[in-house]
Amino acid sequence: MSKNRPNYISTTNACKLCTPLGAAIAFKGIEGAVPYLHGSQGCATYMRRYIISHFNEPIDIASSSLSEKHAVYGGGANLKLGLINVTQKYRPQLIGIATTCLTETIGDDVKMFLNQYDKEVQGEKPIMVEVGTPSYNGTHMEGFHNAVASVVDTLAGIGEEDESGDKINILPGFVSPADIRYLKEVTEDFTLKATILPDISDTMDGQAAKTYEKIQPGGTPLVSIADMGSGIGSIEFGHTMSEQSGGAILEKKFSVKNRRISQPMGIRASDRLFDHLAALTGLPIPEKHKAERGRLVDSYVDGHKYIYGKKAIVYGEEDMVVGLTGFLAEIGVMPILCASGGKSKKLAEKIAEATGDLLPEQPQVHEGMDFYDISELAESLGPDLLVGHSKGYPLAQKLSIPLIRVGFPIHDRMGGQRILHIGYRGAQQLFDLVVNACIAKKQSDSPIGYSYM
Amino acid sequence: MEVLKEREAQIHRTGEQPFTLTCNKDSLAGAVSQRACVFCGSRVVLYPIADALHLVHGPIGCAVYTWDIRGALSSGPELHRLSFSTDLQEIDVIFGGEKKLTNALFELIERHSPKAAFVYSTCIVGIIGDDLEAVCRQVEKETNIPVIPVKSEGFKGNKRAGYTAACNAMARLIGTGDTTGISPHSINILGDFNLAGEIWMIRGYFERIGVEVVANITGDGRIADLQRAHGAALNVVQCSGSTMDLAKMMEDDYSIPSMRVSYFGVEDMAQALYDVAEHFKDPEMLAKTQQLVKEELEKLLPKLEFYKKALNGKKAAIYVGGSFKAFSLVKAFRLLGMDVVMVGSQTGTEQEYRELAEITDPGTIIVDDTNPLELTSFLEEKVVDIFVGGVKERPIAYKLGVGFCDHNHERKEALAGFVGMLNFAEEVYSSVMSPVWRFTYQNKADR
Repeated sequence: MSKNRPNYISTTNACKLCTPLGAAIAFKGIEGAVPYLHGSQGCATYMRRYIISHFNEPIDIASSSLSEKHAVYGGGANLKLGLINVTQKYRPQLIGIATTCLTETIGDDVKMFLNQYDKEVQGEKPIMVEVGTPSYNGTHMEGFHNAVASVVDTLAGIGEEDESGDKINILPGFVSPADIRYLKEVTEDFTLKATILPDISDTMDGQAAKTYEKIQPGGTPLVSIADMGSGIGSIEFGHTMSEQSGGAILEKKFSVKNRRISQPMGIRASDRLFDHLAALTGLPIPEKHKAERGRLVDSYVDGHKYIYGKKAIVYGEEDMVVGLTGFLAEIGVMPILCASGGKSKKLAEKIAEATGDLLPEQPQVHEGMDFYDISELAESLGPDLLVGHSKGYPLAQKLSIPLIRVGFPIHDRMGGQRILHIGYRGAQQLFDLVVNACIAKKQSDSPIGYSYM
Repeated sequence: MEVLKEREAQIHRTGEQPFTLTCNKDSLAGAVSQRACVFCGSRVVLYPIADALHLVHGPIGCAVYTWDIRGALSSGPELHRLSFSTDLQEIDVIFGGEKKLTNALFELIERHSPKAAFVYSTCIVGIIGDDLEAVCRQVEKETNIPVIPVKSEGFKGNKRAGYTAACNAMARLIGTGDTTGISPHSINILGDFNLAGEIWMIRGYFERIGVEVVANITGDGRIADLQRAHGAALNVVQCSGSTMDLAKMMEDDYSIPSMRVSYFGVEDMAQALYDVAEHFKDPEMLAKTQQLVKEELEKLLPKLEFYKKALNGKKAAIYVGGSFKAFSLVKAFRLLGMDVVMVGSQTGTEQEYRELAEITDPGTIIVDDTNPLELTSFLEEKVVDIFVGGVKERPIAYKLGVGFCDHNHERKEALAGFVGMLNFAEEVYSSVMSPVWRFTYQNKADR
């Protein structure tokens, strides 16, 4: 349904972030890890500011702090110095090194530098994982997935012999800490030992601490990553990442069957997750979750009239847009435009799959969009609501319509890290949000002041 | 906590040894500096010029992380709140980005009709060698608006170098406008960025004492005002380093004298007005200034009493971008009866740190270009009640169970001027006195 696609040269108010930011967040989800950007100082600082404003948590991202002479003669010396300093100060178990546009363009060979570092530096050294993340190539999601793939490629193996057959790998992509906590609960309820990679549930949504931890506790345990090869299966959320994903690497190296599913948003996508877990374990879906599904269906019925036919614009990361669009379609909201700054070339196809026969008409689907493009299309589409991260607020304000805040970043509200998007429980919360936003809009636009629904 | 050896020279404790402090050096690799880069320095200074197009030439990151991130208000156009980028892709990096830049400029200038365009270089532009001067010259010729390259490649120095690049860019505008009709009692306001409407307040004070403000540089800034800024009789410069270079250039080229002021805190705000009045040697202006200060203090001081009583003896730590602001904050905390036990900045000069060492109490930590772990150890050691900083410092304070006051670009509270002093006291009070600290674990002896 690619019609009216604007085609401008410049980008205004981008609907994507740069590659290394995704890598830094992925590395933050690994136990004892410090993300490290091989580039100039600004990248790390800007990304920290951006990430902090969503999570309200400390996030230390180290940098090679390259200056002019390094740009001319290469950044190897500063990379090594930086790694030594990070090791000395943070005592990390792992340093996740992502490159930047600067070091990619000057042609720094990080692998070679790390080999030299290994030979030159004595004493205990953290594990080094490196990923190439030139910011002129892809979005933060490519950075995220490539960092995960690199961690798997570098560290995954088969741990101690274990016949229990209760290990499973989940590679959820960039979901919220609340989502990851939910996944832990679900997999435990299926009596599974899940390795969720990455796991930002504690590192990016930590507790008030007695003493300041240099590296926030939590993250995917390294010992679990080292044992991912003995899982009975992997589940990967999302369809738009490259073929060389973490799950694919596990399948290729260790024959752990990889199953890609959409981000489990809404009933049908969540059913696929639960059915797959049931099939893997041979266990029935736990009563608790069946009950949550039952209540969700009940609420869908209770609330359906307030939202049926409402037109929505959905934007953000491609896989999240797919998940959200599938959810909106099943509650009777009509997605009219699905937009992303990403360019996987798979978005339209995946949206068609996610909406199935629920919609009378497929939405417009556009990749490589910015908020100028979205805004321009919105004028003629007349949406009733926006669904996406907080950077859509100026548009929502202009159109005087509600914005349902989901995903990353949420820079203008508390609790972005605690938004639950996935599973029956996440769908319940999103459903209440959507319905209430529509009711609130009608209520505040009405001169009568109804105090009942 | 151990401090990295290379960092030791950038930390001083008042009174504990003769003053020495190394500063204005590149950040140490791996130290997790709180600083940004050259681009950041340029971007923050030019950002508030509201009727200019600010196009970031590079991959998307630099533009998207600086989209609408400052509380720099405009009384009219709001072009500065949009984030424009050439969003360079791999193919542009290989074949060069000049063509894309040229076309992007034409497209955006046609779309928004800005009064001028600033084109920011990012790291990669410095490497692939795009000729920004040539592109800007060509577009300027065809569009008839100033199109100005800002040489802000991220790696070419630190944030201070970015200030200089911004000043060089603005210097190209100054001297090109008509200065007829400007009062002999006129100034430019440099180094205020109109966060939360502060420059409106400051302008109001100056107008009340009979001073004409020619150009706001750059809060609520306009290209046409910059173009006639050389018609002002005096440059009044706030902020440590961000616009000092421009004042120097204007002194050299147009013989406009300059003075440094600060608008934070009662003392410094009053001093700023008195200094300007004295500069013009006009008895009427001086009398008006005395009247203004008297009126404002009569309004403010009684209201401040409440906060002074509540906050007396509480301890504060300060870490800000420029150290000139730190002076004012030290004085403002004194006025509230609070003790400053740590003060630092990203870009202070040796002279500024020396003066800070002179006015602070013995044992006060003075630090240049610090990082989260050092800050943490300072806060733990000094057991403070409030930390003043920016967004990157906030989670450090909160994790340690320490109150926080945002004194950086993103804030939405006006903290300058006489009114700002009251807001500042309220801000500090509302964090320090919150009951939430009862539930956190502070490293206090009695817990």
